[in-house]
Amino acid sequence: MSLLPGVQHIILVLSGKGGVGKSSITTQLALSLSLSGHRVGVLDVDLTGPNIPRMFGVEAATVTQTPKGWKPVQVPGTNISCMSLGFLLRDRGDAVVWRGPKKTAMVRQFLTDTVWEGVEYLIVDTPPGTSDEHISLAEEMRRFLPSGAVIVTTPQAVATADVRKEINFCRKVGIDILGVVENMSGFVCPHCTECTDVFSSGGGEKMAEEFGVAFLGAVPIDPKFGLLIESQKQMQGEGTLEREYEKCGLCAVFKGITEKVMGIVEDKDKRIPV
Amino acid sequence: MPELVAPEPDHCPGPESTTAGTSDACAGCPNQQICATAPKGPDPDLPAITSRLSTIHHKLLILSGKGGVGKSTFTCMLAHALSQDADTQVGIMDIDICGPSIPRMMGAQGEAIHTSASGWSPVYVADNLGVMSIQFLLPSEDDAVIWRGPKKNGLIKQFLRDVEWGELDFLLVDTPPGTSDEHLSVNGYLKESGVDGAVLVTGPQEVSLLDVRKELDFCRKAGIRVIGIVENMSGFVCPNCHGESQIFHATTGGAKALAEEKGVPFLGAVPLDPRIGLSCDYGESFFDAYPDSPACESLVEIIGSIRSELGLEPLKI
Repeated sequence: MSLLPGVQHIILVLSGKGGVGKSSITTQLALSLSLSGHRVGVLDVDLTGPNIPRMFGVEAATVTQTPKGWKPVQVPGTNISCMSLGFLLRDRGDAVVWRGPKKTAMVRQFLTDTVWEGVEYLIVDTPPGTSDEHISLAEEMRRFLPSGAVIVTTPQAVATADVRKEINFCRKVGIDILGVVENMSGFVCPHCTECTDVFSSGGGEKMAEEFGVAFLGAVPIDPKFGLLIESQKQMQGEGTLEREYEKCGLCAVFKGITEKVMGIVEDKDKRIPV
Repeated sequence: MPELVAPEPDHCPGPESTTAGTSDACAGCPNQQICATAPKGPDPDLPAITSRLSTIHHKLLILSGKGGVGKSTFTCMLAHALSQDADTQVGIMDIDICGPSIPRMMGAQGEAIHTSASGWSPVYVADNLGVMSIQFLLPSEDDAVIWRGPKKNGLIKQFLRDVEWGELDFLLVDTPPGTSDEHLSVNGYLKESGVDGAVLVTGPQEVSLLDVRKELDFCRKAGIRVIGIVENMSGFVCPNCHGESQIFHATTGGAKALAEEKGVPFLGAVPLDPRIGLSCDYGESFFDAYPDSPACESLVEIIGSIRSELGLEPLKI
């Protein structure tokens, strides 16, 4: 059980490498949990490149200020609410050019000033690297007892090299690792159904084995998911994202990953006396 | 930078800024006195940096708001392509401190830096191609560099001041994703010696373009000239049936539309080729291994566009 008010479990999504799909994995974990009836919160601490609003198709939404604090944005038709710096910017193209201390302050404010209500799983999406945001997050998170981190990587050595650093970071700052997800693992050609390893394959599993952490699963490249995210504006009606995602091939893959994550989290949190 | 006795407060204006010690956020900060009395004005090391870099003809920043779009890959391919001409001296400086990829991609994994009286010597992967990265300073490959901003800035300054590049035609600066400490510092330190401009790398999908918009905004605010935008991972040709598919969909028109919208040059698109990733993993030059591939052809075109933007003669490759 986490000690953050209104939140039962906290899961961090980390990766040393950028563009490996932290936000995609966060989004799909959230959708998958929401589909199985859980209430999910998503916190985006990527301050200079917040993608969560776009991923959930709520770019136009704004955060409401209540006497208790910031009320996160509810994704229509799902059990998901999210908080991101993207909601606070005037224009979506605006750059946030901040140095460390200001980023640290923002991360702290996100954690303390957002009002989460009845959230079973809070998923925290992070920027790449092992710097200011991560150190602050690790420091601030300690008192809220997070369940641990899901590490995202792609199969190629260039990516796993950076992700190894992230695993060492987690060990140094005392964040438990729930497991490794290998994203962009193979691409099935829609023309001939031949599977090509665009970014090679197996690197994530090998790395998990080497470090003695759980391997949660491999997620293939599915252009349909990207298209689904990109074309949300054209879709009509409430809950389409969740319903459309159910039709996506990745949904089944993620069901397995989500169940594994839930299993580890619940098992772990049972052992910690509240 | 003044020696601080406590961590900076939330809205710290920066211990080196002109308002240090006097802004609202400084009230009650244990460092206030130190910051207020510290010498203000330009960094005393700036002249040293400027004189060190005076032998470099062109300095290019490779930027992108988004991670994993291929900044390092593009930097390496650009460096290999430029160094095809034996008379062109090229250097790569990797200022991605938390995730340095350049040494692996250049096949210089495990190399160490030599220090001499005149400074740090870069690692040379070819006669005319030198590389500098924090990875060369780490004792183990897997070590995490858990540093906050000021420490990263210190290292970047050292890279600029102490690395002995010698006479260089091009210095390519590979950056981490985002618009934060590293970007501000490198731009600040290079202001006096002059940066030719920035090449922005993006993927075709809007999620990536969204962050590149921010980077364009950053360049405008920081006064960096944008040489152009390169679209990477654009289209994938199946090696089995040669059918093309869009792994990353350009639903909003891709980098070309963004470039037109913002009035910056569009330099070209590099297709997704699994062999590029493999070459990077093995530290080989994709340019030497597959000179006839479509990716190389578009790369030659992009380099042509960059050279003409810089006002240089086209290169014979």
